[in-house]
Amino acid sequence: MIPLTYYVTLSAIVFFTGLVGVLIRRNIIIILLSVELMLNATNINFVAFSQSFHNIAGQVFVFFALTVAAAEVAVGLAIIIALHRAKNTINVDEFQLLKW
Amino acid sequence: MTYELIPLFPLASFLILGIFGHWIKDKAHFVAVPAVVLSWCISILAFADVADGHHSTFRMYTWLTSGMLDVHIGVTIDRLTAVMLLLVTTVSALVHVYTIGYMQGEPGYARFFSYIALFTFSMLMLVLADNFLQLFVFWEAVGLCSYLLIGHWYDRPSACAAATKAFIVNRIGDFGFILGLLLVFTTFDSLDYATVFANVGRETAKTINVLEPLGGSFEVSSLTVICLLLFMGAIGKSAQVPLHVWLPDAMEGPTPISALIHAATMVTAGVFMVARLAPLYDTSPAAMAVVAVVGAMTMVLGATIALTQTDIKRVVAYSTMSQLGYMIMACGLGAYDAGMYHLLTHGAFKALLFLGCGSVIIALHHEQDMRRMGGLKDRLPITYWTFVVGALALSGFPLTAGFFSKDELLVSAWTSGPLGQVLAVFGLLTALLTAFYSFRLVFVTFWGPSHVDSHHAAHVHEPSPTMTVPLIILAVLSIAAGYFGIPEFLSPMFEQGGERDHGGGAIVIKLFATAMGILGIGGAYYVYVLNPGLPDRLAQRWRTAYEWSLHKWYVDEAYDRSIVRPTFAAASELWKRVDVAVIDGAVNGVARAIAWGAWFLRLVQSGQTQHYALGMALGAVVILTLLMVI
Repeated sequence: MIPLTYYVTLSAIVFFTGLVGVLIRRNIIIILLSVELMLNATNINFVAFSQSFHNIAGQVFVFFALTVAAAEVAVGLAIIIALHRAKNTINVDEFQLLKW
Repeated sequence: MTYELIPLFPLASFLILGIFGHWIKDKAHFVAVPAVVLSWCISILAFADVADGHHSTFRMYTWLTSGMLDVHIGVTIDRLTAVMLLLVTTVSALVHVYTIGYMQGEPGYARFFSYIALFTFSMLMLVLADNFLQLFVFWEAVGLCSYLLIGHWYDRPSACAAATKAFIVNRIGDFGFILGLLLVFTTFDSLDYATVFANVGRETAKTINVLEPLGGSFEVSSLTVICLLLFMGAIGKSAQVPLHVWLPDAMEGPTPISALIHAATMVTAGVFMVARLAPLYDTSPAAMAVVAVVGAMTMVLGATIALTQTDIKRVVAYSTMSQLGYMIMACGLGAYDAGMYHLLTHGAFKALLFLGCGSVIIALHHEQDMRRMGGLKDRLPITYWTFVVGALALSGFPLTAGFFSKDELLVSAWTSGPLGQVLAVFGLLTALLTAFYSFRLVFVTFWGPSHVDSHHAAHVHEPSPTMTVPLIILAVLSIAAGYFGIPEFLSPMFEQGGERDHGGGAIVIKLFATAMGILGIGGAYYVYVLNPGLPDRLAQRWRTAYEWSLHKWYVDEAYDRSIVRPTFAAASELWKRVDVAVIDGAVNGVARAIAWGAWFLRLVQSGQTQHYALGMALGAVVILTLLMVI
């Protein structure tokens, strides 16, 4: 039986990796992947606590999260294509029109 | 009772002309004149009723009731109000008719009629009041009408300035009046004349420490304080020294207004008020002495200034001031009936003189300077003869109304005591001056060679009958008013009325007064007709006296230096230091601070998505940390 702490630690590492990816990478696709990493870190937590507390609700939530993530990726990729058409680049630094 | 209709007719006329004046325009007199004539008819009925011995007081409307305070609009009809009603409605009706001719073709024709109707209403309500608050409200209302009418030609800066001056100077007096009103209420717990007069005897011992706010101790009878404060209102309204400065400037208004408001009715409100409140004034010898002395000072001052003025209306204005001084002095000496008698006869002959001036002014195309008149008696015979009647009455020439009332007044003053005797001597001297300046006016305007502007000289002619008929009626009244036995009619109103003895001294005073009048007329004839160069030589000889009279004793200049300019300077400083620096500075400063703050804050909004993401992450960390720590 693997202790709950291991799962939570793994989840934290994955979440933090995703967060750093979102903050420091310039490529929008990588940022989108990093966001997926953060989502999946939470999924790990859901599953781990579900098993630990014998509550099936956590696993149900994971399915919801996966579904939403899939939809979100579809929308995100569509936006990236639109951005690429507009500026011929997907470097996030180039998209800073909404400022003072 | 139909007496409430007396003021309501002019009110209706005011409302109709005020609302529909734009469409009625030059037919305004078809509304205004019948209304005031109806009031006049009912006033006659009221007078007849009072003469039969009926006194009535009734309430028209309860205005407000709060604890002890019970204010209502009431009507009281007794001998005093009956004669005032007759005076106000008669003069008002004649002035209404006169205005038809005088204001013909003026752009503000309907507006003018609506204002004089409002004035007539307010003055009648003032006279009919049966409580102090109603007196005060309409006291202010007549002041407002005076302001509106002085400023009738509002496109003239001088008219606006005169209107503002009249209003502000009156405010000063009215401030005292309000304080007096409050003191009446705190002393008597009532504002009704009847209640106050009934309780006057109980309150004579009450005193007030007038130096209390300053920490001193000076006990004064509260009735004296009440009387003096109320008299402050009369000083303003009746143009007494030292608040007389507004009356001559008020001559900027159209001449019918000068006749109605600034000669016959509104300015006499102060005299009427003192007479109305006679039971109150009788309890305070100190206040009475002040009233008498102020009146006497005004009487002398006005007459000395009138000697040298060159504006025809201003001469009459200063004469009005002087005659008001006579009336106030008489009231102050306890001779209320004599004061009221002079008020009534003066109302007739002074209205006549003003309307006569108006007729001359119209004939000369709005020329008011006496030095550019002369030789008008053949061109304007009706105006001339009626004017002479007015001047004779003003001089106290035998058998005119002014003769009877001035004699009555001086005799009453003489018999009232030592103070009265001193003031009566001044009264006699003033009578001499009065006769002199009245006939200076007649001789310079109507006699001698013509100095009329050659453009107008050919067109000088008598005005229309709407203007001459009121002159003739007033001329008749200026003589007849002496034969109605007005003082005998009024004296039952006043306790001291019957006690005066008209013995040996009285005859001497009467002879003196008559002699003074005739001497004054003769003097004017000698100076202005027989020796045309003499006035200038006299002016050279007594240069200082002439200058003081010509410059109205420098009262306006003194006020200008001591009050007006410091006020302007203080206001200007306040404007620069407080308004601009503090208030505008605060408002603009807040706006500027917000602009700077916004400039710094908007740097946060970089447009970089990752900066926002970092903000979110840090925010989440901070919130989580807080949750865990707490």
